[in-house]
Amino acid sequence: MTIISLQQLSKTYRVPEREAGLKASVVSLFKRKYKEVKAVEQISFEIKSGEVVGFLGPNGAGKTTTLKMLSGLLHPSSGAVQVLGHTPSKREPAFLKQIALVMGNRNQLNWDIPALDSFKLNQAIFDVPAEQYDKTIKELIELMELGDLVKKPVRNLSLGERMKMEFVGALIHRPRVLFLDEPTIGLDVTMQRRLRDFVADYNKRTDATILLTSHYMADVEALCKRVIVIHHGKLLYDGDLSGLVTRFSASKTIGVTLSQPAGQSLASYGEVIAQADDKFTLRVAKSDAPKVAARLLTDLQVADLTMEDPPIEDVIAQVFAQGKESA
Amino acid sequence: MNPLKRFWQIYQSLAQMAILNQFQYRVAHYFYTIGMITEPVVYLVVWTTIANARGSAVGGYTAAQFAAYYIIWTLVRSMNITFTPYGWEWRIRQGALNGMLTRPFHPLHEDVAYFMGMKIPTIIMWLPIAAVLTWAFKPEFYLSWWQVLGFFITIWGAFLIRTMWMWALGLITFWTTRVGAIFEMYFMIELLFSGRLVPLSLFPPWVQTVAIYLPFQWAFQFPIEILVKPITPQYLLWGLGMQLLWILLGLLAVRLTWNTAIRRYSAVGG
Repeated sequence: MTIISLQQLSKTYRVPEREAGLKASVVSLFKRKYKEVKAVEQISFEIKSGEVVGFLGPNGAGKTTTLKMLSGLLHPSSGAVQVLGHTPSKREPAFLKQIALVMGNRNQLNWDIPALDSFKLNQAIFDVPAEQYDKTIKELIELMELGDLVKKPVRNLSLGERMKMEFVGALIHRPRVLFLDEPTIGLDVTMQRRLRDFVADYNKRTDATILLTSHYMADVEALCKRVIVIHHGKLLYDGDLSGLVTRFSASKTIGVTLSQPAGQSLASYGEVIAQADDKFTLRVAKSDAPKVAARLLTDLQVADLTMEDPPIEDVIAQVFAQGKESA
Repeated sequence: MNPLKRFWQIYQSLAQMAILNQFQYRVAHYFYTIGMITEPVVYLVVWTTIANARGSAVGGYTAAQFAAYYIIWTLVRSMNITFTPYGWEWRIRQGALNGMLTRPFHPLHEDVAYFMGMKIPTIIMWLPIAAVLTWAFKPEFYLSWWQVLGFFITIWGAFLIRTMWMWALGLITFWTTRVGAIFEMYFMIELLFSGRLVPLSLFPPWVQTVAIYLPFQWAFQFPIEILVKPITPQYLLWGLGMQLLWILLGLLAVRLTWNTAIRRYSAVGG
């Protein structure tokens, strides 16, 4: 069942523009110039119920603008978008009651009072029955290991604790669709892992549909089978995470440990990207990888040899670089 | 759940949140309230001195009525505090509006409920201040039951008038971020035509005539007058009608502006 559907969705901002300096400033008083910035350009995709999709792109790619259109904050300039059968920009209560938007580093809870009071407010606003609220809140507090922290004013909590509270606040009404925009930004590794586990668990238990943007590939690898990549507002890739590597990575990484010193440079086999004692890491063209491996085994005294795809971060960087060249 | 019951629960929760916030910063709030009475006390001293020197009423107000006017002024001014139009820029830039827009509850209601809640500690904190001022300046009040009842209704009416118009004014921020000058002009007009500076009867007749057709005096002088002048029940009802009219006109202005404003919203700031 399709939960999110975008067709040729575009968003263009009209922003004032002027040169630096006093003269330009005076001129702009009488004659204002505007520039059209295409933040999102005719992107289309569909997301089915229960999917967790990574939405990737460099800064300014249009990810957050898309999430804001999906959650009803922004009106699209053109194209069509449907979430749970609703047009988000109409912001109908029936739609808003089924979604949540969590933005990393953005505090939606009341700063000066305990989070528990903000949760109670969300219960009233989202019309959550008392019994369901009690059950959900207990469950979420346990899962997030929040304990008595919910009784402390939000301003006294650490960034990680606040982020956990944000998640609890956003999930009280058990949204069917969750938009997560950089939810782990600024958090330490342990906290990132805990939030990732939490999101995975929430998806498993509720079959919620989740669209996630993150610059931490660990988030994407742990949670998303499918990724959508955009750059300069245009869709570059939509498919399996593993397919992204196959499609965009033109190289393989060969790790080779020698039992005897080579006595020569391994540069003739490929690009040496790391070396420590007798352990070498080579980057070779994907099509040449089997031949290079065979040559290494034949020519040298090899103790160990591994062949891997490059790290996902490298592949993504390559995708963005390609997108930049073609833009 | 019954929509009315749901609304009541949300209003209750937001009001409770505002009260908790006020108690969190109770000392700061108290100092703020005390600081706010400086302005009326200056007016009070000036006008009671003038009235005493003349030995008769000034603009229809005796020294004791001036004292009553400015003592009630302190409460009405506090009741009039609502979400400032300057706050919209912050709300948009910080992304706070994003959170409000993803909730199935209109942000106007959030502000109304929250600021209504704030009034409860405000009234409680005002009582000792009013007692001290009453002891010091010997005011003359008119406290028949219907006047007291009318006063308690009109201070909420005053709050709603100002909330609607401050909201409509704040929405200009969606069109331009350089809104300070517009707001300042609005506040200057409000100061002159509301009775905040001095009772309107001290102004020339044309000012008083213009003031009748503006919302300001219905949100400021009118509630004060109820307790400090010998008014008639007919005047009270007429004033309540005017308050209702200005609330509805303000609501209409908000409604018309909001729908266009929200289409222009670029949801900056996360």
